[in-house]
Amino acid sequence: MNPSILNIQNLCCGYPKFQLSDICIDMPKGSFAGIIGPNGSGKTTLFRAITGTLGIKSGNIMLGDKNLRTLAPRQRAQNIAIVSQFIDAGDISVEDYVLMGRIPYQSRFSFFESDDDLRIAREYMTMTDTWRFKDQLMSELSGGEQQLAAIARALTQEPELLLLDEPTSHLDITHQVHILNVLQQLNQEMGLSVLMVIHDLNLASEYCDRLILVNQGRIHTQGTPEEVLTFQNIEDVYQTVVVTQPNPLSGKPAVFLATQKVLKEINERTDIAQ
Amino acid sequence: MQNKHLRWVIYLSGLMVLLIASVILSLSVGEMNLGFFDIFSILGKGHSSMEYTIITQIRLPRVLLGIAVGGALSLSGVLLQGVYRNPLVEPYTLGISGGASLGVAFAIVFGLHQLIGPMVLPLSGFIGAFLIIFVVYSISSRHGRINIQSMLLTGVMISFIASSSMMLLMAITSAENLHGIIFWIMGSLDEPEMSLIYVTLVMAFASLAVSYLFVQPLNALRLGEEKAKHLGINTDTTIKLLFLLASMLAGVCVAVAGVIGFVGLIIPHLMRLLVGSDYRILLVSSFLSGSIFLVLSDVIARTIISPNELPIGVITGIVGGIVFLLMMSRSSVQLMRNK
Repeated sequence: MNPSILNIQNLCCGYPKFQLSDICIDMPKGSFAGIIGPNGSGKTTLFRAITGTLGIKSGNIMLGDKNLRTLAPRQRAQNIAIVSQFIDAGDISVEDYVLMGRIPYQSRFSFFESDDDLRIAREYMTMTDTWRFKDQLMSELSGGEQQLAAIARALTQEPELLLLDEPTSHLDITHQVHILNVLQQLNQEMGLSVLMVIHDLNLASEYCDRLILVNQGRIHTQGTPEEVLTFQNIEDVYQTVVVTQPNPLSGKPAVFLATQKVLKEINERTDIAQ
Repeated sequence: MQNKHLRWVIYLSGLMVLLIASVILSLSVGEMNLGFFDIFSILGKGHSSMEYTIITQIRLPRVLLGIAVGGALSLSGVLLQGVYRNPLVEPYTLGISGGASLGVAFAIVFGLHQLIGPMVLPLSGFIGAFLIIFVVYSISSRHGRINIQSMLLTGVMISFIASSSMMLLMAITSAENLHGIIFWIMGSLDEPEMSLIYVTLVMAFASLAVSYLFVQPLNALRLGEEKAKHLGINTDTTIKLLFLLASMLAGVCVAVAGVIGFVGLIIPHLMRLLVGSDYRILLVSSFLSGSIFLVLSDVIARTIISPNELPIGVITGIVGGIVFLLMMSRSSVQLMRNK
């Protein structure tokens, strides 16, 4: 077992009306983990606690051997890179945007980017296939391309841990799969640890090696997709009837829905059979 | 990358040339028109001639104050727009002009300038501006953090209160005082006290230098407060310090030159369209073009109905507004993008 990259111990935090309590997560270095759960379950609150936007009431968040509470903002940004759901970078050129990932490493008095900064930005833009847009404005790119540029910017921070907030939520499946493939490749080839909040259970199952199912401010279950995505867990948390079956290609659990109409027909059939 | 820096150099040299040209123009026109290129030979000849006295004693102080106030107001505007990520914010939105005007109106109505001396007016303007800044700042900061949205609203409301109180003072005072107040409010680059001009000039350039310590945070803030935090920027401190810097700039300008509107709103906008939103080039080009704009506006203000003089605030408002509308109709799409 690898040493842990993110170790959360008995975390309690939140807002006056909503609290996360007793969160314990141990994420090994090099893993690809997903936070799943229904709307309002606390996914985003947990995310904001890890990113440092939200204060911690009690407990600890350890990043490797560093305590997140005592880490200065600059050090934090050198260790954790964050890709938000909405990029909203306006009229900044793609290259300038990606270069912002070097800010945590630049001194206050460095006026121009160093050659190293430029080389690193170029490397990750090539890797995410965004180099060809470098002179365009961020607002001219499509949603998927902006997301890729945001990932390039995050990688330019050279983080230990990459956090993403629903990176695929407003994209079609071509872009969803493309972006998650890029993340998977980074995870496999560079050993980058990835933690993302994701709504789509099937995508979560296919790409993540660990899942954390959050419900009502607590962790319901965590483990491999096979352990977490059982129909009992899903019905319990989402209050929806589902069937899970292994994906014939990957063997990972896939979640199938049952509509009201289908459920009714099944009930009628079983009634007749009896 | 090389291209970007080359472009910056071109913008900077262009603005410098324009500034020098408008300074020479401003020195040469007036009640006695001197040739554009004669300025150099007059200055070369030395102290003896009457032209020399006109240029150095009458016109140069105005030009220097124009450079300082135009640059400072524009810089103040670009900093505030950056902090608030709101293109409609300008130094006066936050009640700075209201406070200064109230201070001056108070001094005039109670005859303080006759009792103590003419320096009382800029001083009371400055005090008024700072009282307002202090009120806005303390209302919107809780537990050491600033809520920038509520700060904006607070500023607008305080501004209303200040201008209504000033109207109250104007309503109860004599016609002579009323004239004095209105004259001051409309703004002018006519400042007899040379030391005040130097103070303003030094403060303007020093603030430009200080603002360059914040280019990185300002650039990161283009993405929003939370994302700037994610990049390791201490946004709370940045926002507080830049707010104070911008307010101080505007406060000093209003105290010395009266309420000269629109410079802080329009010039940063035009510069965003021209040079882009990277603060490394935006700060200095806003400053320079603010200076150019005010020096040229002053030329118009004192020549158009010569030998009388129009208030410079009238010119900046009308000329600035029209230029801005023209630019906007041409590039409304780009403006929308500018946050």
